[in-house]
Amino acid sequence: MSSDLFPPADTPPPADDSRRTFMKQAGGIFGFALAAPLAGQAERLTAYSKTVTGATTLTLRINGQPRTVQAEPRVTLLDALRERLDLTGTKKGCDHGQCGACTVLVDGKRVNSCLTLAITAQGKEITTIEGLAKGDELHPMQAAFLKHDGFQCGYCTPGQILSGVACVQEGHAKTDDQCREWMSGNLCRCGAYANILAAVREVADKA
Amino acid sequence: MNDFSYTQATSAKEATSLLKDQPSAAYLAGGTTLLDLMKANLAEPPQLADINLLPFKGIEQTSDGLRIGAMERMSDVGENALVVQQYPAVSQALLLAASPQLRNMASIGGNILQRTRCGYFRDAAFPCNKRVPGSGCPALEGDHHNLAILGVSERCIANAYPGDLSVALAAFDAVLTLENQKGKQRRVPVTEFYLLPGKTPQKETVLEPGEMIVAATIPSAAHARRSAYLKVRERSSYAYALASAAVGLDVQGGTIRAARVALGGVGAQPWRSREAEKVLTGAPATEATFRAAATAALQGAQPREHNRYKVELAQNTLVRALQQVAAT
Amino acid sequence: METEPQFFETNAAPTVVGQPMNRVDGWAKVTGHAKYSAEYNQLPGLVHAVLVTSPVAKGRVQRIESSAAQKQPGVLAIFTHENLPKLAKTPDAPADKAALNSPMGFMPMTSDQVHYAGQTVAVVVADTLERAQYAASLVKVIIAPEAPVSSYQDPKAQLYVPKSVKGMPGVTKRGDAQAAVQKAPMQLAATYTHATIHHNYMEPGATTAHWEAADRLTIYETTQGVSETQKTVSLMLGLATEQVRVITKYLGGGFGSKAWVWPHTVYAALIAKAVGRPVKLVLTRPQNFTSMGHREEQQQTLRLGATKEGKLLGIVYDKTATTSPWDDYAETNSRIIGMLYHLPAYEATYRLAKSNVMTSTATRAPGDMPGSFAIECSMDDLAAQLGLDPIQLRLLNYADIDSSTGHPWSSKSLKECYARGAELIGWNKRNPKAGATREGKLLVGMGMATGSYPVHNSQGNARVRLYADGRAVVQAGATDLGTGTYTIITQVAADSLGIPPENVRFELGDTVLPSTQWSGGSTAAGRVSSSVYLAVQEVWQKLIKLAVMDKKSPLYGAKSADVAAEKGRLQLKANPGKGEAFGEVMKRASLGDIEGSALGRYGSNYEAPQTTANADPNKKENAAEHSMHAFGAHFCEVHVDPELGTIRISKWVSVIGAGRILNPKTARSQVIGGSTMGIGAALMEQTVRDPHLARYTNASLADYHVPVNADIPEMTVEFIDEHDPYVNAMGVKGIGEISIVGVTAAVANAVFHATGRRLRDLPMTPNKVLAALREPA
Repeated sequence: MSSDLFPPADTPPPADDSRRTFMKQAGGIFGFALAAPLAGQAERLTAYSKTVTGATTLTLRINGQPRTVQAEPRVTLLDALRERLDLTGTKKGCDHGQCGACTVLVDGKRVNSCLTLAITAQGKEITTIEGLAKGDELHPMQAAFLKHDGFQCGYCTPGQILSGVACVQEGHAKTDDQCREWMSGNLCRCGAYANILAAVREVADKA
Repeated sequence: MNDFSYTQATSAKEATSLLKDQPSAAYLAGGTTLLDLMKANLAEPPQLADINLLPFKGIEQTSDGLRIGAMERMSDVGENALVVQQYPAVSQALLLAASPQLRNMASIGGNILQRTRCGYFRDAAFPCNKRVPGSGCPALEGDHHNLAILGVSERCIANAYPGDLSVALAAFDAVLTLENQKGKQRRVPVTEFYLLPGKTPQKETVLEPGEMIVAATIPSAAHARRSAYLKVRERSSYAYALASAAVGLDVQGGTIRAARVALGGVGAQPWRSREAEKVLTGAPATEATFRAAATAALQGAQPREHNRYKVELAQNTLVRALQQVAAT
Repeated sequence: METEPQFFETNAAPTVVGQPMNRVDGWAKVTGHAKYSAEYNQLPGLVHAVLVTSPVAKGRVQRIESSAAQKQPGVLAIFTHENLPKLAKTPDAPADKAALNSPMGFMPMTSDQVHYAGQTVAVVVADTLERAQYAASLVKVIIAPEAPVSSYQDPKAQLYVPKSVKGMPGVTKRGDAQAAVQKAPMQLAATYTHATIHHNYMEPGATTAHWEAADRLTIYETTQGVSETQKTVSLMLGLATEQVRVITKYLGGGFGSKAWVWPHTVYAALIAKAVGRPVKLVLTRPQNFTSMGHREEQQQTLRLGATKEGKLLGIVYDKTATTSPWDDYAETNSRIIGMLYHLPAYEATYRLAKSNVMTSTATRAPGDMPGSFAIECSMDDLAAQLGLDPIQLRLLNYADIDSSTGHPWSSKSLKECYARGAELIGWNKRNPKAGATREGKLLVGMGMATGSYPVHNSQGNARVRLYADGRAVVQAGATDLGTGTYTIITQVAADSLGIPPENVRFELGDTVLPSTQWSGGSTAAGRVSSSVYLAVQEVWQKLIKLAVMDKKSPLYGAKSADVAAEKGRLQLKANPGKGEAFGEVMKRASLGDIEGSALGRYGSNYEAPQTTANADPNKKENAAEHSMHAFGAHFCEVHVDPELGTIRISKWVSVIGAGRILNPKTARSQVIGGSTMGIGAALMEQTVRDPHLARYTNASLADYHVPVNADIPEMTVEFIDEHDPYVNAMGVKGIGEISIVGVTAAVANAVFHATGRRLRDLPMTPNKVLAALREPA
C-alpha cells in the first residue's frame, strides 16, 4: 500500500500547497489510501475528460491485473465484476449499500461496489476476494475466518473479509468494542458475528 | 437505472455548464445517495457530471473557522485531528453515520444533500407529496414511527434530512459555500439551507438548479470544542437516528456562558433549537437546567400516534448529551 | 427397534466425529470460489429476467402497457398473465397444492388477479441485467384497485378458526383446561404480540434455468431441497421427474423460506424455454420481502392456572394471525406450549384472518420460536408472582414424560442445561428482586428461558464409493445452508470408513445424486449422517463377504457375522489381531472401488419405520414409542437505558442437549447464529405494512433491521453429552432450530429483571421500553 510518490508522515508539506492542512493529516492517518488516487489523477484528467454514452470499453485494474469490460456508464463495479468478468466472489445482497456483501477495496479503502460505477473505478487499484490469497496461501484474514468459523453460508464472507482487512489496516480493530462497531457495515444473517470478531481481532493483534 | 451519459468534469465550470445544457442532469460525487435513488427509479438523470476531480477539497483553518471541502469524504473528515479536537460533535456525527464503507465513499456535500428514509418516499408505488406533489401523504395515517415531529406540515412529515452531519453543522453555525453556474459563490448558513415542507415538501433546500456545495465552514468556538453528538437508534450501529442531539457548552464556574443545541431524527430538517439555547445560556449547568432546555426544545412538537414517543426520547437524548458534555 | 447398526456401537471411540474440524467448504468460501446459484455465467447465451410487481395489494389487472419497454435495446420478451406459457399444473386447488408441495395455493400471473402488493405481474427478459432492469421499470401495469385487508388487526378482517394448520387441528383439547384454569388458586393471563419478520437471508432468491435439450431442464436454484424442487418444477411443467435436474452447491442462507418452490423459479424455467436461452432471475432485495414468505404477525393469549406452590394445572391458549387470501398457513405455536412442562390440561385455538399479503411460511423453528415467547414469559411471570427463582419454577414443572403424547422422552438433559447455564452466566449473583440492579444510569438484568425443538421424522438416501487407494466419494442430494453439512458428513464418512477426512470428498446439492429430503426442520445432520454411516456399513458387509471367501485372507472361513470393521480394518470381533486392511481385500479381488448405499431414517421413521416413501416431517411423530426433542436453555444479561429506551445484550450463554454433536465448531456457529437471529426478533426486527394500502414500508436492509456486529456480545455455548439410541443411527437430534427457541423470552425475562416491567410486544424497540417504564412496576 505504500507509495514513494507520497511523502512520509513527518515530511513537512510545501508551503504553497493549498491542501497542506489536510495533507498533513492524511500523511499520518490515510497516507496509504490517498497515495494511489493522487498518483493516478493526472493520467485520468487527460484520459476521461469527455462524455461517455452507451457501452464503451472500460479498463479496470483488478487484483493487479488490467481487465477490460464492455459496459454502459450505468454499470456498477459490482455488476461489472459479477456479470461481465465472472469474478463472482463479490456478492450482491441488497444492491443499495445496506448490507456490505459487495465490499471491495478501491485504492486500499473499503467501499460498497454496488454504489460505485465501474466507469469511475478506472485508474484505481481494485482488490476483490479473489485477489487476497497468494496462490494456495491464504491471506491471514482468510485463514482466521476459517479457524474461527467466521461464517456459515459464506455469502457475506468475502465482504466481511475485505472489510476486516481494511478494518485492521485502518487501526479500527484494537479493542473488541471498536472492532464490533467498525465491522458493523457488513451484515451476517447466519449470525457469525461473535466468530467474525474473534477472527478480525486475532489478525489485528498479530499485525 | 436509466442509461445516462457520463462526463468526468475537470472543473466546476465544466460541471456547471453541463447542467446548464441539460438541466435534468445530476452531479455525481460519492454516489451513495444518487445511485441508490436511481436504482429505485426515483431519479432518472439523463446525464451525470462526475465532480470527484473538482478541487473542493482540504480541511483547513481559515479566519472564519475550519473550512471543509465539499468533496472530502466522511471518513476522512470524521477522523481529521482538527475536527476531532475542535468539533468533537461533528466528528462523532460523521463516525456514527452509515457504515465504514459508505463513509469512505460519501462526500460532505453529498451527505448534506441526502434524502429522507420515509418509506413512502422511497417506494414509487406509494403516493408521496415530496415525490409527486399533490399525490398525498399516506404516512400521516400510516407508518410514521420514525418520521418527524418538529417543523412538519399536513403535506409531509418526513425528516427530509435523515442523517447526522448537518445536525452538528446546524448546531455550530456552519456556513455552506455554494457556487452557481456563473461561477458566482454565495454563503448560506446550514440553518437556512434546508426548507420546511409547508405546502411544497418537494423543495427541500435553497440550492438553485445547477448550484453546487463547495465547502462548509464551521466557526471556531469554545462551545464547539466542548461538544458531543448522541444518537439513539433501533440497533447499535448502521441505522438512522430515532433521535439525536448535537450539543456544545461553554461552562465557566458552573454557569453556562454559551450553548448550542440541534436535534436530529425528529425535525423535518436538522433542528437547531435556539429555544433550548436560551434556557441554557446564563443558567447553572445542572440537570434541572438541561431538563428545562429539553422541554423548550420540544415545545412545538406535533407528534402523531406512532411517533409520540419521540417527544420524550428527544428530550432525554438532549438531556443526556448535555450531561455528557457538562461532565467533560 | 430396528436391528440396524448404530454408530456408537461400531465407532465407540471416533477420531474425527465430535472434533471441531474446520469447514471443508471453508477454503472455497473465504476465497470467493464457492459458486452460488446466480453465478453460472458460462452458460451459452445467458440472459436476464427481471420481475415487474404490483404496486397495489388487491385488484385486477386491466391492461399492461409494455410497448415502451419492448422498444428498449436488448429486450427479448415481456411476459404477463396474457402470454405466459401455460403450466401443466398449478397449486390453486388444495389437492394440487399438496401434490406439488407448494408453499402457496396460488400462482400469480396465471390470471388477472392481484392478491398482494409486490405480486409479480410481468417479467422482462433482456440481454443484460441493466437493460432488463430499466425495461422492467417502463412496464406500466394498470390495475383496478380494491380495498385490501392488511392484517388480522384490520377492522375489515374476518377471523375464523381453520380446520387445521400444518396438519394440526384448529382446536386442540386435552382434559378440561378451561375448568382447570378457572379453579386454579394461581391464575395468570397475558397477551403477546409479534411483528411480521422476514428471513432476510443474505443471498437473494435466484434461479438460473437452462434447457440443455428440448426435454431436459437444469436449474441452479437457491433451495434447501433439490429433490423437492425437482418434483415441484417437473410437475408444474408437465415433465418427468428425471427430466429436471436441480443444482445447489452453495446456498446463502435459507432459514425455512428456501425450503419451497416459489413462483419466480417456475417463471424462469418457462421463460428460458420460451426465449430459447438460459435465463438468470435474481430477486431484488425488496422483491425478497414479497416473494418467498415470512413469519406472520401474530398475537398469542396464554391463560394459565397453577397451584399455590407453582405447579401448572392447565393452560388455555389462543393464537390469532394474519394469513394469505388463499392459505390457512400459520405457525403451530401450540405444540411447544403443550409439551414444554408437565401439563395436565390444555386447550389451544387458532384464529386466522385472510389478508392481502403474501403467504407466510416456515421460518426457523416455526411455531416453537414464537410459542416459546408466550410460555417462557408466562413462566417467568408466574415465578415472579410466587417469589420463586425462575429456574426453580421450571424444575418444579419439569416434564419427565411428554404431556402431549404420554410418551417417555428418548433422551432429555434439560436439568443439566439449566445447571450449567446458571453456572456459566453467574446466576447465583443475580439479585432475586427485579429492577434492583444498576450500573450507573443503566438497569441491569439477567434472564433465562427454556428451548426445545422436536426431532421430526424424515428419511433419505446416500451412496459411498470407497476406492482401493483409501480415498472415498460420498454422495447425497442434500443441501448445506451454511449449517456445516459438507463438513459433518465428511467427518462421519471418515470415521465410518476409517480414513482421514481429507481422503473423503462429499458431494451434495444435485438431483443426480441419491435423493434425500430437504435441509429443514433440523433434520439434515441426523438423516444424512445416518444414511452415509449405513451406506458405509453396506460397503463393509460386501468386503467382509469377499474376505471370508478369499483363501488368501486371514479371515478366510470366518462367519461374516463374526467379522467387524474397525478403523478401516476388517477383523474378527473375538480376536481383533486377526484381520487385514480393506485395501488388501480389494487389491486381491482387483476391485478399484466398491459402493454401498443406504436409506437412512430419522426420528419416528427410525424408531417405528413407516412404509411411506415420502414421510411428511410434520406428521406421524406419535407413531414412535418415544417423544423426541432437543432441549436447551438460553441465559443472558442485559443493560437497559431507562431514559433512551435502548437494550443492549451484554452476556449470552446457551447450553443445549441435542444428542451427539458431530462438530462442536459448526454446532457452536449454529447456536450463536440462532441466538443472534432471536436477539434480532427480540429487539429490532419488524416488517411494517401500511395499514390502509397493505404494502410494506420498510422492505430494505436499511429500514428492516437485522442485528449488526455491534449488537452481539461474546457468546458462550456448551453442549451436554447425550446418548440417544432412538432418534437415528447416529444419535443426532439437530441444532439449527433449537438455537433460536427461547431466545426472545430470555431477553424479555432479562429486561423484566432489569426494569420490573414486562414487555410483551416484539420487537422491544426504544419506544416500547420508554412506554413500559412510564407505567408503574
